[in-house]
Amino acid sequence: MRYCIPFWNILVKDIRSYYLKPPNISWGIVFPLAWTGMFFVRSGGGLDNVLSLLPGVVALAILFGTTSVLAVTVTFEKKGRSFERLLLAPIPLELLMLAKTSGAILFGVINAFVPILLASFITDIAATNWGILFPTVLLIAMASTFLGLFIAVSVSEVFEAQTFSNFVRFPMIFLCGLFFPIAMLPTFLQPLAYALPVTYGVDVLHGAFDGTSVLSLPLNLAILSIYCVVLFMLSLMNVRRRWIL
Amino acid sequence: MLHNYVLHVYNDDVRSSTAFAHTEQTQVAIRVHDLVKRYDALTAVDRVSFEVSSGEVFGFLGPNGAGKTTTINILTGLARSDGGEVWIGGLNCTSNTKRAQHLLGVVPDESNLYPELSGFQNLCFCGALYGMRRVARETRARELLSDFDLAGAADRKFAAYSRGMKRRLTIAAGIMHHPPILFLDEPTTGIDVASARQVRQLISEMNQAGTTIFLTTHYIEEAERLCNRVAFIVDGRIVREDTVTQLMRQVEGLHIVEVSLNSGSSEVVGLVSREFPDLRVEKVSDAQLRLVSARPIRAGAVVVFLESAGLEVTEARQVRPSLEDVFVSVTGLAVQEMKRERERMSGGGVAG
Ligand SMILES: Nc1ncnc2c1ncn2[C@@H]1O[C@H](COP(=O)(O)OP(=O)(O)OP(=O)(O)O)[C@@H](O)[C@H]1O
Ligand SMILES: [Mg+2]
Repeated sequence: MRYCIPFWNILVKDIRSYYLKPPNISWGIVFPLAWTGMFFVRSGGGLDNVLSLLPGVVALAILFGTTSVLAVTVTFEKKGRSFERLLLAPIPLELLMLAKTSGAILFGVINAFVPILLASFITDIAATNWGILFPTVLLIAMASTFLGLFIAVSVSEVFEAQTFSNFVRFPMIFLCGLFFPIAMLPTFLQPLAYALPVTYGVDVLHGAFDGTSVLSLPLNLAILSIYCVVLFMLSLMNVRRRWIL
Repeated sequence: MLHNYVLHVYNDDVRSSTAFAHTEQTQVAIRVHDLVKRYDALTAVDRVSFEVSSGEVFGFLGPNGAGKTTTINILTGLARSDGGEVWIGGLNCTSNTKRAQHLLGVVPDESNLYPELSGFQNLCFCGALYGMRRVARETRARELLSDFDLAGAADRKFAAYSRGMKRRLTIAAGIMHHPPILFLDEPTTGIDVASARQVRQLISEMNQAGTTIFLTTHYIEEAERLCNRVAFIVDGRIVREDTVTQLMRQVEGLHIVEVSLNSGSSEVVGLVSREFPDLRVEKVSDAQLRLVSARPIRAGAVVVFLESAGLEVTEARQVRPSLEDVFVSVTGLAVQEMKRERERMSGGGVAG
């Protein structure tokens, strides 16, 4: 209970200072939409194609919505030493890092529903399984946030955080089955696809929108959850090891 | 009693910190035993032990790189020790500083508030980190902004503050939550004389209100003025720790004359030392000397000697022995070394 006040205030400050700023909105929302437009044009499909593209767009929106700001909220604040204030506060490190990342998770979830809303205007999404969609979007947002967090706490410079997160998220667009099935990847790349958390999330999204998932729902969600926990623990470990010298 | 206090922190009870001071008067606020911190081959803190009683101002004095900030970082939870034990407010914090962090206020050596937030927002945010409720933190923030002469700049972004204003706001942020123990890392370095005086005044007032203060500084006069007890730290080791009164006793009988010259000369120390072998001659700068002796100094003879050597004396005056002289005799470090550091750290004089 006594941690509610610090948790909430860290979250609100981050949202005000970082998430509601124009560069973030453009990177988080405009960029995935532009990419999707590109795929849409190239695939040459009509409106019936929207449902098969939607899982990829949603995943992309989450991926960019969550990871673009962590380099600033965490790495930049560490560099500017204001992060020390947080480390000095009587809040458990776990809770502190959750507070620092819940803005990203929230933004990722909101971002996910932008393309869904747009799609609802041009096609019929009534068949969508919302009960599966909501928890999956949340889990993908958490997994990609914690992946971004792990990168942000493993480097010292803001540009490194940005470079590394691009290094990770751009290949994921092609590797994780966002716009074409993993089975279509060269055989040697397929194990890599299954090593990335987003793959499992996208598989569930396919199931939720057009019923074409490969793995079973419980398996996908379980693997995604394990990724969340492991990435978060690794991030905490890195903060303890690298920042509390 | 301590437990009562711990519970009260989250009730924003303004009087709880003073209650702590009154009821825990004889308690030890900080106890450190054989603290060690290594960075690769360098031992930054080398078996440091000391105690700070509740309600006192404890000074940690030493040159650059002595290990002052490192010690504070370990005590407050920003660094891990490689050995030794730490108790804060009666809690053993050796392996877990988080346990005591609610008792601590920390003012770091560099302002580290959020540049994009206003002064008021910064203070409110810092209060929230310690669980203060909205009304309590807004009231407290306004009160501190006016105490620290920043009410007019309350809504200006921190990034737009001057250095002295930043320093003052950083101190205010450190005491937002009424911490019973306050760490101040070089609070007056880098600010002008008037601001420095104001900050020292505030430190005294906080202490009178019951706050235990752990202070590091380069300015020995500042420590002499503010501290009950000091420890001299050099190369990670405490070379002497005592009350200021006790330390001053050591230099009570000393006679000191400061001589200022019109122009600098590098050989002047050697010249005077040879001519007056019973005097200890220290160089303050090229154009200023300090003569120290256990017996009264015949300043006239020194002036005549210097003039005959072709140097023009602009001033020769007797000064009272100070904690600085104790520092010099205990650490073997020349006054000039500390002075030089102080000059490098722009502007922040103690004059006044
Ligand atoms: N993170 C670090 N990594 C390596 N060495 C460090 C680190 N932090 C401090 N040191 C070294 O430890 C020693 C003590 O540093 P510290 O900052 O505690 O000195 P200080 O007494 O606060 O000096 P100053 O008066 O300049 O603030 C220095 O030699 C410094 O170079
Ligand atoms: Mg220091």
